[in-house]
Amino acid sequence: MAPLLQVQDLHVAYISRAGRKSPALEGVSFDVRTGETLGVLGESGCGKSTLAVALLRLLPGNAEIQKGAVLFEGQDLLRAEPRALEPIRGARIALIFQEPSLALHPTIRISEQVSDVLAAHEPASRAARRQKMLQVLAEVFPADTAHIADSYPHQLSGGQQQRVLIAMAIACGPSLIVADEPTASLDPTTQQDILGIFRRLREKFNLSIILITHNPALLAGLADRVLVLYAGKVAEIGPTEEILKSPQHPYTRALMQSVPEGLEGSARSRKSRLPVIPGEAPNLAVLESGCRFESRCADRMEQCKQREPGAMALSEAHAVSCFKYGG
Amino acid sequence: MPYRVSSTVDDSREGEKMDRLLIVEKLAKRYERTTVLGSKKEVLALQEVSFSIGRGSTLALVGESGSGKSTLAFCIACLERPTSGRIVFDGNEIAALGEKQLREVRPQIQLVFQDPVRSLNPRFSALEIVSEPLIVQGRLNKQEREARGRALLAQVGIPQEKESQKADEFSGGQRQRLAIARALSLEPKLLVLDEALSALDYSVQAQIANLLLELQAALGLTYLFITHDLGMAAHLADEIAVMEQGRVVEMGAADKLLRAPGQEATRRLIAATPRLGAADHRPQVI
Repeated sequence: MAPLLQVQDLHVAYISRAGRKSPALEGVSFDVRTGETLGVLGESGCGKSTLAVALLRLLPGNAEIQKGAVLFEGQDLLRAEPRALEPIRGARIALIFQEPSLALHPTIRISEQVSDVLAAHEPASRAARRQKMLQVLAEVFPADTAHIADSYPHQLSGGQQQRVLIAMAIACGPSLIVADEPTASLDPTTQQDILGIFRRLREKFNLSIILITHNPALLAGLADRVLVLYAGKVAEIGPTEEILKSPQHPYTRALMQSVPEGLEGSARSRKSRLPVIPGEAPNLAVLESGCRFESRCADRMEQCKQREPGAMALSEAHAVSCFKYGG
Repeated sequence: MPYRVSSTVDDSREGEKMDRLLIVEKLAKRYERTTVLGSKKEVLALQEVSFSIGRGSTLALVGESGSGKSTLAFCIACLERPTSGRIVFDGNEIAALGEKQLREVRPQIQLVFQDPVRSLNPRFSALEIVSEPLIVQGRLNKQEREARGRALLAQVGIPQEKESQKADEFSGGQRQRLAIARALSLEPKLLVLDEALSALDYSVQAQIANLLLELQAALGLTYLFITHDLGMAAHLADEIAVMEQGRVVEMGAADKLLRAPGQEATRRLIAATPRLGAADHRPQVI
């Protein structure tokens, strides 16, 4: 069976007013299968949020998709007519953003905001829509559905607001949810609640999820596979266990080491220096030739300066873009 | 509302108190909120909060959103007045001081906030940011201020060629370095770090965490590290205090508290902390 989503050789760049081009994604390719959760791991500026909106062609005006294809349920979304995208956006593919308080309208009741999503995609009577709205809200608020429906966003906590966004995302029965840092502004207890909801809904509706985050620990036990994005390119992609526990790309390895051992650490490791990645991520507008991680890499070789490594398959499911593994 | 000083102060452990830079006793903070309809509603943000921090050590204050962590930070930094209770800083009671006396205490307690974008003036250069507190306090002449500013930038790892770069041209991690340098400019004894790492990527958090450890070792600084990241708290802190609904429900040495949590709130936080896996699965350095 063909994957639900196939992203092929995606190139996106931002164009400044002076006409200067700054690439954000270059040659990004991956698949998402039905019912699969793909974690996208990356740090500020690596292009992970650009990826989220590029899939649905919701990029800001100064961004340009330069190359590539996004095949979803047999259709290339990058070449589809704008009108053909309407029944897909929010209905077949739903987006969930990081800051729930900014994603909800401050002066409209939750019931109406959820109903609006339904009204945009499914013609139905007022009464039928209201019933569907309550049914959808009950998925994320089994206890006090009616009370939440009557509330305004400011009356809800951050975790409750995020649940509302999840309800809006699943309202029309999508097959894919793209969640961009859905728990970044929440405290750990609420974070676990929200991840638990994703887990439950995924089972119930056989959803595919692309979960974008900078926190590798969130992906443990949740994502089936992890894609590591560095400076607009896929550094490594593979099964979650392998990526988190035996990362192969020097960047992934250095990133995992920089997370403090915290609760698992020994008394001796406390208050000790953490291993860090030297320097900062490259400025993509003035990129030089060679591997993007070369200047910060502990394992750099002579050829890394000259050209960029291609993706090397370590196994059927695990690929790394690094000369250490050939290429 | 008249300020009330608690009369039940325990003076029996005076010697032990000497090595504590900050002692908070039975601190309470009540807010009065006026609802849309005009009725008054009382919010108890802090209740009977007591703890202390040893000189040169780090206390991590952890708890869920809304547990009162930031209110406590503001009270300690003398930016909010507690409703009752005592704050003893470096041997002096500071909670009841007048505005004029507070001006002398505040420089010794400095805050670093979560969002370095919103806490730095985007049109100021790096050098202006770190020397502004010296101007406000009327310390040093222009030449001395610039020399001190440059030393501060060097101390937090901002290269000299970037001293005239504007704040909004720095990356998130570098902005947080600037915020730390600014906090250090008045040579404080206590830094209150209110979610100072939370908005940063992990590789950048590691860099800033290392910087905080270096500065503490070099300058003998005392940290109140407020966070909801128990993993980072475990890494940086000597002691951990757990807050829940405006109270400190548990406090102890970091190791002991994490190994044998005594309270439900602590156990809940530990259970909710995401982790990569068991320690022996951590990647090996090659």
